[in-house]
Amino acid sequence: MAETTGSSDWSRRQRNESLIAWLFSAPAIILLVIFLAIPFVMAVYLAFTDQRLIPNPNLPTQIVGLRNFIRLMDDEAFIRGVINNFYFAIVVVPLQTALALLLAVLVNQKIRGSNTFRTIFFAPVVTAMVVVAIVWTFLYNPQGLINAFVAMLSFGNLGPYNWLQDTKLVFPAIMALSIWQGVGFQMIIFLAGLQEIPSELYEAAEVDGANKFQQFFSITIPQLRNTIIFVVLATTILAFKLFDQVQVMTGGGPQNASMTTMVFVIKQGWGQLKVGYASAASVIFFILVLGVSLIQRFILREERTVD
Amino acid sequence: MTTGNAVHSRSFQARKVIQSGFTYLVMIILAIMFLFPIVFMLITSIKVDEMQILSEVSTLYAFVPRGELGFDNYRDVFDNLEFGRMLFNSTFIMVVTVIFGLVVNSMIAYALSRLNFKGRGLLLSIIVALIIVPFEAVAVPLLLVVNNLPWFGGATTWLDTYHVQIIPFIADAFSIFLFYQFFISIPKELEEAALVDGAGRFRIYWQVVVPLSKPVFATVAILTALANWNRFMWPLMVTRGVDVRPLTVGMQTFFGQDPRIWGDLLAFASLITIPVLIVFLIFQKWFVQSVASTGIKG
Repeated sequence: MAETTGSSDWSRRQRNESLIAWLFSAPAIILLVIFLAIPFVMAVYLAFTDQRLIPNPNLPTQIVGLRNFIRLMDDEAFIRGVINNFYFAIVVVPLQTALALLLAVLVNQKIRGSNTFRTIFFAPVVTAMVVVAIVWTFLYNPQGLINAFVAMLSFGNLGPYNWLQDTKLVFPAIMALSIWQGVGFQMIIFLAGLQEIPSELYEAAEVDGANKFQQFFSITIPQLRNTIIFVVLATTILAFKLFDQVQVMTGGGPQNASMTTMVFVIKQGWGQLKVGYASAASVIFFILVLGVSLIQRFILREERTVD
Repeated sequence: MTTGNAVHSRSFQARKVIQSGFTYLVMIILAIMFLFPIVFMLITSIKVDEMQILSEVSTLYAFVPRGELGFDNYRDVFDNLEFGRMLFNSTFIMVVTVIFGLVVNSMIAYALSRLNFKGRGLLLSIIVALIIVPFEAVAVPLLLVVNNLPWFGGATTWLDTYHVQIIPFIADAFSIFLFYQFFISIPKELEEAALVDGAGRFRIYWQVVVPLSKPVFATVAILTALANWNRFMWPLMVTRGVDVRPLTVGMQTFFGQDPRIWGDLLAFASLITIPVLIVFLIFQKWFVQSVASTGIKG
């Protein structure tokens, strides 16, 4: 008797639990569908149309096949944008990862003041990128501090440069401030990784007479492997999303020298209302981001199994 | 023998002193590199004379508060630029997004980690897959969507509103993932006791799980608050006037106006930065933990 009521009770509770679960999940699911899934599917569809943000009633939107993609391949600004994203990733990812690791090792030492230094290195992360971009524009002024600093280091032989107007210098200048702003974030992730390395490993190495550098390369780096994978991956994806600082400082110029894929997408879709064309560029952007993360994951996983 | 040992330890000591001296030197040089733009911004913003600012910008005087000092630039920003309005906008958008985000994302995460229902595994893998879809990839089609969405009171577009800057950012796959990871680590026994007592699921979530999960709520709150405060691309696309515009876009608009008055610009920049820096300094430990927890995924 008790058992039968128990089991029907159980199945009712089971049904009840399903209902509750879906009620708990519904708000998030609805929002993710409307604001992420549907626009994503739309991007793929719109990429094959000539949709405009405000359609001309006399010219209905048409499906144009691959025309947008063919035009993109001929669009100098777009090609420059994609190349710049790779350029940015190739330069910034290793530099920023290495610097973040250096900072993490420095502030991880049990010495007085290490917390203060950690705070200082992290401070740019909480500063809005728009603010960073504007302050650095002033610093990059031809008569600005950076030129004064370069002149001092080179005993007056170099400069002054017009950093943001020079097609060769503008992108490296943007890279520098991006590293400055972002490296504190990765430092904290490395710091968390460093603190999980058992101290016995270092003690044993010390007994064996390994110096600090040997310890770093034979203990720290291998122990941090997963953290390094994560940081490299996350920084690469950020490199492809590059937008705020470029939009504020140069808008992609001069002569597209600092163009990025996202600056191009927004310029086309929002500035010129060419939603179809911008969607095609968005699709390529997404494929690039996805491809980079898959390739990287694949390579790094191989390394892990080889070990 | 003893002398040998003493010599050894003395040279060891000396090496240690040199080593830590070198470490400090490196850290101080790095600290200067990380601080100088912020110090430059704060100090220049209180210099009243624009000519003085321009003449000092290439010298070390850029870091010295000298000449006529005061908050005139700050007053300009408040008087001429509707700074107060945009400060309210940024704060309002951030607070509402964060609060709704905490509730919505933690509730689905609770269902995924604790409740038995058909499709749970599939739902979880979809959420995890969504983490890699960047908002940037859907920004343009989303603009098309919100341009034609109705709202209460007969409005036919979401452009130039608060909700267009709030609702798309409430649900967040990564926040759900962070909550999920935390919830599965809470011992089930605590909830089972409450279940036996006849408590409903919502009460258990609210009275047992939420109080136990303060760290993850703080983490998600900090990460999403920071992202919202600094958000730039989307509000640039969907706001045209100053009415609902956040500080970041207002700052960029001001920057684009000629002639550039650097004193006012840097006062504006300082005003965006100072509140966040103060909050960061007070809750530093929480910030560090939040950022650290984003790396767990690796």
